[in-house]
Amino acid sequence: MIPEIGHFSLWLALGVAFALGVVPMWAAARGRADWMAMARPLSYVLFALVSFASACLMASFIRSDFSVLYVASNSNTHLPLQYQIAGFWGGHEGSLLLWVQMLVIWMVAVSLFSRHLPREVLSRILAVMGLVSVGFLLFMLLTSNPFDRLFPVPADGRDLNPLLQDPGMVFHPPTLYMGYVGFCVAFAFAIAALIGGNLDATWARWTRPWTTVAWMFLTVGIAMGSAWAYYELGWGGWWFWDPVENASLMPWLLGTALIHSLAVTEKRGSFKNWTVLLAILAFSFSLLGTFLVRSGVLSSVHAFATDPRRGLFILAFLTIVIGSSFTLFAWRAPTVGLGARFALFSKETALLANNVLFMVAAAVVLLGTLYPLLLDALGMGKISVGPPYFDSVFLPLMIPTIFLMGVGPMARWKASSVPDLASRLKWALGATVVCAVVSGWLQGAIHLLATVGLLMAFWIFSSVATDLWERVRPEGKGFTEIRRKALLIPRALVGMMVAHIGVAMFCLGVTMVKTYEVESDVKMAVGDSTTVRGYSFAFKGVKDIQGPNYDATRATIEISRDGSKITELSPEKRIYRVQQNPMTEAAIAPGITRDLYVSMGEEVEGGAWIVRVYVKPFIDWIWGGCLVMAFGGLLAVTDRRYRRKTGVAV
Amino acid sequence: MKYLKFLLPLAIFLVLVGFLMRGLSLDPREVPSPLINKPAPAFALAGLEKPDTTFKRDDMLGKVWLLNVFASWCVACREEHPLLVEFSRMKMLPIYGLNYKDERIAGMKWLASFGNPYEASLYDHDGRVGIDYGVYGVPESFLIDAKGVIRYKQIGPFTPESIETKLIPLVQQLKKEAGI
Repeated sequence: MIPEIGHFSLWLALGVAFALGVVPMWAAARGRADWMAMARPLSYVLFALVSFASACLMASFIRSDFSVLYVASNSNTHLPLQYQIAGFWGGHEGSLLLWVQMLVIWMVAVSLFSRHLPREVLSRILAVMGLVSVGFLLFMLLTSNPFDRLFPVPADGRDLNPLLQDPGMVFHPPTLYMGYVGFCVAFAFAIAALIGGNLDATWARWTRPWTTVAWMFLTVGIAMGSAWAYYELGWGGWWFWDPVENASLMPWLLGTALIHSLAVTEKRGSFKNWTVLLAILAFSFSLLGTFLVRSGVLSSVHAFATDPRRGLFILAFLTIVIGSSFTLFAWRAPTVGLGARFALFSKETALLANNVLFMVAAAVVLLGTLYPLLLDALGMGKISVGPPYFDSVFLPLMIPTIFLMGVGPMARWKASSVPDLASRLKWALGATVVCAVVSGWLQGAIHLLATVGLLMAFWIFSSVATDLWERVRPEGKGFTEIRRKALLIPRALVGMMVAHIGVAMFCLGVTMVKTYEVESDVKMAVGDSTTVRGYSFAFKGVKDIQGPNYDATRATIEISRDGSKITELSPEKRIYRVQQNPMTEAAIAPGITRDLYVSMGEEVEGGAWIVRVYVKPFIDWIWGGCLVMAFGGLLAVTDRRYRRKTGVAV
Repeated sequence: MKYLKFLLPLAIFLVLVGFLMRGLSLDPREVPSPLINKPAPAFALAGLEKPDTTFKRDDMLGKVWLLNVFASWCVACREEHPLLVEFSRMKMLPIYGLNYKDERIAGMKWLASFGNPYEASLYDHDGRVGIDYGVYGVPESFLIDAKGVIRYKQIGPFTPESIETKLIPLVQQLKKEAGI
């Protein structure tokens, strides 16, 4: 019964979403306050119905109801409970439901926290989100119903893909989707403003916290996925430029541009068209990402099993949503004023350049991702685009972006003088060069590419420090003066500085790992040891162990340095019983300045094993940097000006 | 004219939709190869593990064999590799690896850690032989009969189904043709 009830509530949700998409929109156009008042209650009902359906699917998983096809394909009675729950989003149908669930969570948040918005605006925003959910509910109900029954009922399920049986699976998809789908709010605000013609600084102020929150979730979600790939796949990599990774990176790049563009629109009233275009683009790329993952047009390690009807449906949906948004944009944007003027050297120019660079970055990632498809469609053969392309186009774009990251925050609105900026930043520049060279030297070798990366990282650190110092520099009274001034800095600004420090940490991590990691594959029998970068790895032996749903061979490797033991690692080679896939569980001793990473290869003759050992300097800074970026976002959205207006902050 | 630039996003998007539409009817994993039923291009390559031995196409005449293109930088190869290792244990036919545009050390390490299903691996550092064979994505595999003719080409990784339903029956048929 439970699956049928869930299925039925999805159909009800479709009806409600349709009403939400049409009625308030029409009422706002006619100025009918009575009908507009329906928008918020409808959004609550929609939220309740979708959440109920999700609860039904969750219940089917927990009860191991294998008469539901989706449950039978993604779960198993021996699967630990947390993975039965995560099985919810282990396949195509469930992750679509998760998508819709996240959408209605955002919708209800908008309903709750944006009560102070003019009624027409709020009605239009909720209506746009309602229309988006119509599309996804229809998609789910027509082509990918998670509640389809299976008859005869199998005795047990096919199990969740062993690669996904990891704590990462419990948190990564919901966080990522929360961010991905969150751009729908900025999109809905943009469409509502285009329709209503109220594209102004107030609109930007309303949109900002929502965009920042979505961006935070996306940042953390991508970082989690990357960290997961690092320790689960056993190859020691953290980013593979896989189409599906790119699908989440592109909205992130555009969302980052949007955050910066919104700042200009709010403070100076400029860049309105840019901002609205970015808001549309960020969400369009989320939709495009969904299409790329679901349609099977690209081969990817992430892609779900595909069905051509699904691809066609989502392409049609994509065309309607994005096509109509761009049409609206082309119709309305020419009437939007240009806003305040600014000089060639000014904060506005720096931020405009930031927008352009991020858009170009998103475009090159899109090109790299779709290039195989474009050539194929033109009948020019098939190719695959790999990391060499992305590495070589991405880095040159990031160099000027990061340079501007130091200059932009220090530049003045409207007009800034170059000699003034140069003299304020000269110490930062000096410190950057010294730190980059010294840290390269400390790592043992100075490489050109590493130096570029280190320069980038230290440039951000030192320019943020300069910016901070200028703001707190005491005029005589010493420490108390510094404290007083520090407390006066608006929290939004502190958020920006923290987020930029996060970028610096990220750059540092990437550079260190790319250049200075040491990798060694060795054949080891019991008693053998190998030394990598001063760390000695001794193979103590293997034993067979039994997990809840797998059998494993676990090795014990003792790591010591200068004769004293640091830690013991236990990498495993697992065979999951249901699907009989071998899985490598790497073992990692994390550290602030380095990770020690051990994974097991194949068994060779005489009880020896191929063991892969890495020393990865500063790799945790990559994800630490992302968390710091997200924390900066958190500081920014808790700024006083959002709190005072009860409600806008989330 | 002023309005035209605002139509640009829409125009770009519509072009993109056209491509995506076309993309839906294409299978990224299936490509007809002009080399099917043509003699396999000749090559003489050094071995991956043994740089001083040379392998030539003509050494293989008289055998039904599989040439599998792999590289340590290829993500999809990791997906395929366990299958190949397993398939090689059936000893149906010799499998040769073509280590494509790779570094020698990286390729050897890769085989050491993921298993080596190959009789021998050929080292195609600059990808010349890959070009002759029309390799555009890695992994790819070529099934070559006893007369040195390419009979089947697998684009992208083998799956358990494709090994079961395509490769194995074809190998059996080719062996019968050659009277092995």
